[in-house]
Amino acid sequence: MDWVNAIVQGILLGGLYALFAAGLSLIFGVMRLVNIAHGDLIVLAAFLGLTVTTTLGINPLFAIVIVAPLMGLIGYGLQRVVLNRTLGDDILPPLLVTFGLSVIIQNGLLEIYSADPQKMSAGAIETASLNLPGGLNIGVLPLLMFITAVAVIGSLQWIFYRSAWGRAFRATSDNQDIAQLMGLNKSHVFGLAMALALVVVAIAGIFLGVRTSFDPSAGPGRLIFGFEAVIIGGLGNLWGTLIGGIILGICQNIGAQINPGWQLLAGHLAFLVILAVRPRGLFPRIDG
Amino acid sequence: MPDTILEINGLDSFYGDFQALYGVSMRIEKGEVIAVIGANGAGKTTLMRSVTGLLQNKPEMIHYGGKPIGNLRADQIAAVGIAMVPEGRQLFPSLSVEENLVIGGQIKRTGPWSLSSVYELFPVLKERRNQASTSLSGGQQQMVAIGRALMANPDLLLFDEISLGLAPIIIKTIYDALPGIIGSGMSAVVVEQDIVKAVAVSDRVYCLQEGRVSLEGRSGDVSRDAISKAYFGIG
Repeated sequence: MDWVNAIVQGILLGGLYALFAAGLSLIFGVMRLVNIAHGDLIVLAAFLGLTVTTTLGINPLFAIVIVAPLMGLIGYGLQRVVLNRTLGDDILPPLLVTFGLSVIIQNGLLEIYSADPQKMSAGAIETASLNLPGGLNIGVLPLLMFITAVAVIGSLQWIFYRSAWGRAFRATSDNQDIAQLMGLNKSHVFGLAMALALVVVAIAGIFLGVRTSFDPSAGPGRLIFGFEAVIIGGLGNLWGTLIGGIILGICQNIGAQINPGWQLLAGHLAFLVILAVRPRGLFPRIDG
Repeated sequence: MPDTILEINGLDSFYGDFQALYGVSMRIEKGEVIAVIGANGAGKTTLMRSVTGLLQNKPEMIHYGGKPIGNLRADQIAAVGIAMVPEGRQLFPSLSVEENLVIGGQIKRTGPWSLSSVYELFPVLKERRNQASTSLSGGQQQMVAIGRALMANPDLLLFDEISLGLAPIIIKTIYDALPGIIGSGMSAVVVEQDIVKAVAVSDRVYCLQEGRVSLEGRSGDVSRDAISKAYFGIG
């Protein structure tokens, strides 16, 4: 029974990892930008959530309503003012600049919030659970995270393939010059894509801060989980990213079941095995 | 001159350190069809990239409707009413046929062209509206590229090498459709390597040679000898 439980909890945890990864995947898909600061932006969102929660005295899950648009604005500004200038034929400048951004965010957070680990409390929902037949217990909060992750991925999928925004994203990703000829300003399109990615980051950051404690240096670890979920699932496939997150979550929980010290190791090993066997991931997007 | 839609004055254009155009001047009247001919490397594509804003220049080098536009971005130029059918079609592979057309109409200028009128012009596209644009034949892809440019309801339409890489029968079909397209009051620039086609479809012709205008005249008046001299620089 412990094993079944580990797998079920792993699936639910995978939802959170998919949330970490979705924004990363979206940004790479639209503008071929690998955002090294992605994990730190997640932690930034968690700290913003903490400030909103303590200032207004509201449940952190409701703080999403404020933090998500705020992160969206930050994303648009960041893209227009900084990141658009780094994009071009060379992939090195965006890597270096986002790496620098990562350092700046970590130190900025350290300066403002100190190095103490923080946690947001969502109240009774944190300990509430559903008792399923067979002695399985499913926490309400992990379940909520998982459902949110599925809803977020579904919405991104819809935006990307069914809306005018998504059409602009795909066209600009295909051919920036010709998209510009169609009247799309690529600086603005990229700004919108980053805004959308950081709205997802805000949701991920709040859930991170409710589920576990966080500190200013927690970002790079979240970035690794996000990267692994994206690569396992296959680049450019959002549902694949969800499955990648789930596989990562299951492997970590099975590892922890064997030996508590093996949790992270098991996830990384699973990632390396998949990278070795299927370098393009399990579900690479099939073009054409 | 209220009737001049596009005026190019002494345009010098550069690709990095390489100068591709030297003091090129051209003028296009409302409703007129201009042919720009020239060999490979004569500067035709650079000229198109400059007019559409993919290459930016000094503002006063290009006037559109009397306003300087030489330094505008491509999306700003699209909004004032210049559209292009690019060389090699360059459809968006991630978009379906219909999405390619719809994105052409993104800038929402008003005019006669809409999805339904484009489908009327090229009925085969309607049958294939939901297919990936990459699944079409070369000729059908060219129809999508033309339809996509028309969807913007431009006042000036640029055709860059539309016969390149297509079978003769397809080229004929497309050129047969041109008068119907341009007849709706639009001005057009046809860039071609096929001199006969270009002269037949246009009112006036410009020939480029090594980045300079080597010939200018009414399409009916210029002799073949004059063209080949201007085209090759010999003769």
